[in-house]
Amino acid sequence: MSTQATDRHAVGVAMKRKEDPRFIQGKGHYVDDLTFPGMLYMALVRSPYPHAEIKNIDIADAMKVPGVKAVITGKDLDAAGLGWLPTFHGFDKQMVLAIGKVLYQYQEVAAVFAESREAAADGAETVQVDYAPLPVVADPFTSKTDKVLLRPDREQKTNHIFHWEVGDKDATARALASSPRRIKERLWFQRCHPAPLEPCGCVAYFDTMGRLQFHVTSQAPHVYRTALALVTGIPEDKIHVISPDLGGGFGNKVPVYPGYVCAIVGALKIGRPVKWIETRTENLTSTGFARDYHMDVEIGATEDGRVTALHVATTADHGAFDAAADPSKYPAGIFGIVTGSYAFPVAHAEVDAYFTNKAPGGIAYRCSFRVTEASYAIERGMDILADELGMDAAELRSKNFVKKEQFPYPSALGFTYDSGDYQKTLNLALEKIGYKQLLEEQAEKRARGELMGIGISTFTEVVGAGPSKHFDILGIKMFDSAEIRIHPTGAGIVRTGTKSQGQGHETTWAQIVAEELGLDPQTIMVEEGDTDTAPYGLGTYASRSTPTAGAAIAMAARRIREKARKIAAHLLEVGEADVEWKDYKFQVKGVPSKTVTMKDVAFAAYTNMAQNEPGLEATFYYDPPNMTYPNGTYVAVVDVDRETGEVKVRRFLAVDDCGTIINPLVVEGQIHGGLTEGFAIAFMQEIQYDAEGNNLNTNFTDYLLPTSLETPHWETDKTVTPSPHHPIGAKGVGESPNVGSPAAFVNAVIDALSPLGVRHIDMPITRDKVWRAIQEAEQRKK
Amino acid sequence: MIPAAFDYIRAHSADEAFAQLQKHGADARVLAGGQSLIPAMRFRLARPSVLVDVNGIGDFDYIRENNGTLCIGATARDVAVERASWIGDRRWSLLHDVSRVVADPVVRQTGTVVGSLCHNDPAGDWTAAALASRASVVVRGKSGPRTVAIDEFLVDSFTTAVSEGEIALEARFPVPDDRSAGSYQKIERKVGDFATAAAAVQLSLNADGTIRTAGVALSAAGPCAVRVEEAERLLVGQKPTADLIRAAAAAAAKKSEPQADLRGSVPYKKNLAGVLVARGLRQALGRLGVTL
Amino acid sequence: MKVTVTVNGTVYERDVQPRTLLAYFLREDCGLTGTHVGCDTSSCGCCVVVLDGNRAVKSCNMFAVQADGHQILTVEGLANGATLHPLQQGFWDQHGLQCGFCTPGMLLTSYALLKDNPNPSEADIREGLSGNLCRCTGYQNIVKAVQQAAGQMREPVSA
Repeated sequence: MSTQATDRHAVGVAMKRKEDPRFIQGKGHYVDDLTFPGMLYMALVRSPYPHAEIKNIDIADAMKVPGVKAVITGKDLDAAGLGWLPTFHGFDKQMVLAIGKVLYQYQEVAAVFAESREAAADGAETVQVDYAPLPVVADPFTSKTDKVLLRPDREQKTNHIFHWEVGDKDATARALASSPRRIKERLWFQRCHPAPLEPCGCVAYFDTMGRLQFHVTSQAPHVYRTALALVTGIPEDKIHVISPDLGGGFGNKVPVYPGYVCAIVGALKIGRPVKWIETRTENLTSTGFARDYHMDVEIGATEDGRVTALHVATTADHGAFDAAADPSKYPAGIFGIVTGSYAFPVAHAEVDAYFTNKAPGGIAYRCSFRVTEASYAIERGMDILADELGMDAAELRSKNFVKKEQFPYPSALGFTYDSGDYQKTLNLALEKIGYKQLLEEQAEKRARGELMGIGISTFTEVVGAGPSKHFDILGIKMFDSAEIRIHPTGAGIVRTGTKSQGQGHETTWAQIVAEELGLDPQTIMVEEGDTDTAPYGLGTYASRSTPTAGAAIAMAARRIREKARKIAAHLLEVGEADVEWKDYKFQVKGVPSKTVTMKDVAFAAYTNMAQNEPGLEATFYYDPPNMTYPNGTYVAVVDVDRETGEVKVRRFLAVDDCGTIINPLVVEGQIHGGLTEGFAIAFMQEIQYDAEGNNLNTNFTDYLLPTSLETPHWETDKTVTPSPHHPIGAKGVGESPNVGSPAAFVNAVIDALSPLGVRHIDMPITRDKVWRAIQEAEQRKK
Repeated sequence: MIPAAFDYIRAHSADEAFAQLQKHGADARVLAGGQSLIPAMRFRLARPSVLVDVNGIGDFDYIRENNGTLCIGATARDVAVERASWIGDRRWSLLHDVSRVVADPVVRQTGTVVGSLCHNDPAGDWTAAALASRASVVVRGKSGPRTVAIDEFLVDSFTTAVSEGEIALEARFPVPDDRSAGSYQKIERKVGDFATAAAAVQLSLNADGTIRTAGVALSAAGPCAVRVEEAERLLVGQKPTADLIRAAAAAAAKKSEPQADLRGSVPYKKNLAGVLVARGLRQALGRLGVTL
Repeated sequence: MKVTVTVNGTVYERDVQPRTLLAYFLREDCGLTGTHVGCDTSSCGCCVVVLDGNRAVKSCNMFAVQADGHQILTVEGLANGATLHPLQQGFWDQHGLQCGFCTPGMLLTSYALLKDNPNPSEADIREGLSGNLCRCTGYQNIVKAVQQAAGQMREPVSA
């Protein structure tokens, strides 16, 4: 059912984005741009303690602040049955406002509603909370000992949240034990945060019909609607979720946050609209963080570098609640992709997750549900193996690639990779970067004691969650949808269950419709984010939109084409069987001069449809038969300054294969952005907690985002291996650069330092860490 | 992040500003660039009840040379130094380098040199440059204006010789002679950060190529920017050599007493102090046509 | 306190608290929501506007009362009726935006940059924009956008 879209009518065209005019004129509609008559502002009181009992909350002074209308606490919510919120993973719940105790620094404790932003802030400052500090559990290894029980509210009295595993434990252990060569390394993918430039926020009000109008920064508006109905008891038809323009998401805007629930409760209780916009500090300290996986990676190999087995054992730090927004059967996300691009005969992956006194989350930041962690583990692991064997890093990878002929390839951990030509992608990358010449240059520099490194990452990732057999969020299967309506004059509208946060859907979805129906993409309107009008979908994250909604759009368009064919036959005065769709027109078979366009048909659908159903529209709910597997080869070239530990990224080349490309401009932009985030993660980003549970990176002065000066120049290229099961062969690409790049950067730095005997440095690779690694290596030599 | 409430007074003259500051004492703060003050107010770490806005005082906005001294007025912006017509002259190369790395290019358009000196962040840039340049600050107090040498002006972290009710009016940098150059070497985690470590160097040479005067100062090396007297002593009167630079760098590393923080560990920052002084000296000398 | 601020050529007279930040004054008191607030520490630059014709200012780091009697240019004032400013055209043509949140600040910082330096190199542009953060684009196309605009603005205008 797939077609390779080599046509150039719309798909494949680098057209300028249709959504840009409003943004470049400052006419975007972000949630903080909304005001309603009588609107109140909400501010949250947050805990300075990472773990403490709440002895008392005194709101009397706060209520006296001019403009303050109400203050609610966890006790108030609990009494109304709203004290706890189910997390998207589904097997845990999270306090909305603290009840009895606080579990992480900056946890929400009270909500203040006031006439102005200023009054709300003044009121929040005056709420008095008496805390009795409790011992702090600041890392998952301490948590594992269960000396301090963090969640007495749970049935199992332990900090251990779950054990998950996949693969063949015994066969893998045996294979490793009998492998002539082996590497084992502890790799920590540090806690970081997606930090979209627009923080999270909402405006809630109940309208004259008693409906909840909920404008919110949500990447998954329908899921929010259903979740809110389940949590609040408000019937789902009485909830209207509107996700307006979003200033970035990157997974940060997937969870339902306590602030949202408080705003809704305030609006209900006070009877006025309530706006809550979090500050950047609140965003970084309390909303969904990413990663924090401590991974023990073991790879076995033969003497000549053929991999025999892979074992990864992970200790996961989930924070105070299990709010990792994974599909319910995948508590460790799609970590099982950890065999990567390589044909491991056996493999075993396991994850043990623990509570700690930190903010909850884990699934975010362009991660494809833990694929970033998995990809980092295998790409670093392969480099460590290459180092151990004294083999070239590209050669080792090449030797172990899943071969082109092996697709669809069933991996040792249960995935069926759809398509790929990994060698072709690698070859193109090595040629373009001038690998041979770089190796020569490196040899010369090494002889002079200069530190130059080349790092490669040949990743395969998995996106497009996902087939209903395996994937659901809170029980809702992860299909997606499209509804297309063509108007009499040949313009149209397409609505889907996804929600762009900058990915360009208003352009790319129009391109798919235009391609399938031979219409003008400029006059196909795209609408997302309004749950009253959009068909049900699971939203945009994990690079799922093109694989699921993109497919739904193509399929809905083909349904329209089938209806249109009937009308075309009527217009052409032939039988249906004599009409074919050719060169973007309906043509009488064998008579090229007898054609009608889709535009002609659209008009006729309303004016001259004969016995056919009037109108021209279709809906399609697409349950993907499989995930899609984009891949890529990234090469980083770095130079390290011995004296300062500074790493200069001299070149970075990204060759991506995301199957069919809808809009090359949009894809290139996604790659640039994702690589920049990968660069930030590799070199400067970390949410650190000290041993007492204090969050050390609470705003942009210490949670570092690279500027135009630090960010390297990105070179990009592509290979195209369409997905055989996707209607237009597309795979999705938004997260690939963030998935594949951290390992490329780290591999490059370690490569630069390898003559000194440095084997690994955890991210973020700061100058201090590099300098110290060099110092320690030089000490060892002495 | 919303500041606590305060009263706002826009001063139209130096006398008016001073009178208001005298009147309100510790409750009042000067609002010039505000690029450090306003963020502190947004976090409610600073809660002045009165802000005296001096941006409208035309008399405060100048940079001029006067009798061998470069005088920078209270509201002269960082960017005015960065874009000055004379900033390409090698005698001003230290100020040239600093003016390009203070904060970020937008903040620099409003932030002031005098304000940075008064703020006295331990990892600030202008303070180290002022030390290396042997600058001074004119402070107006109850008994009129007094000139305070920069070494005395910088008292402790975020504390200067400007007392309650007083106002800094001007920063004075002696105009270096023809055979002078400087350099500012700053390591920062990214643009906009304060220094992980920084070194400010200002040198002048005698006709015979020996070093006539030397100013060497470090930022992020203690509670305030600090002068490395030992390095200056070693340099003066000597012909520049690689060994001399090494010795000066070692003195800097020794003098540096940094705090461990998110920007770096103590050993790392001390190491940088030496490295950056060496690089600064090499660059200043290079600008004077001396390569080692 | 009463303030009178000219924004994009229109005079706004409003009553504000001294602590009202210029960014919120523009967004809420003047109804011009194109200027955005993205952080607490004047790090991100989403709030940049241009003061008195040529000074880029982070409007979250200035009080509205300070702008009394002054002129502000926001993103809403860049276009000339239906004709986009060359910077706006550049950002559109070169795909210099994705989510659009940093875009107004980028446009205004670039505006001031080009006033000071009408012929910037790539390095000049990267340096000049280093006070503005972007999470989506990786800056590369933003640089191209500014280069396109600079080129266009240096050309003599044809009738």
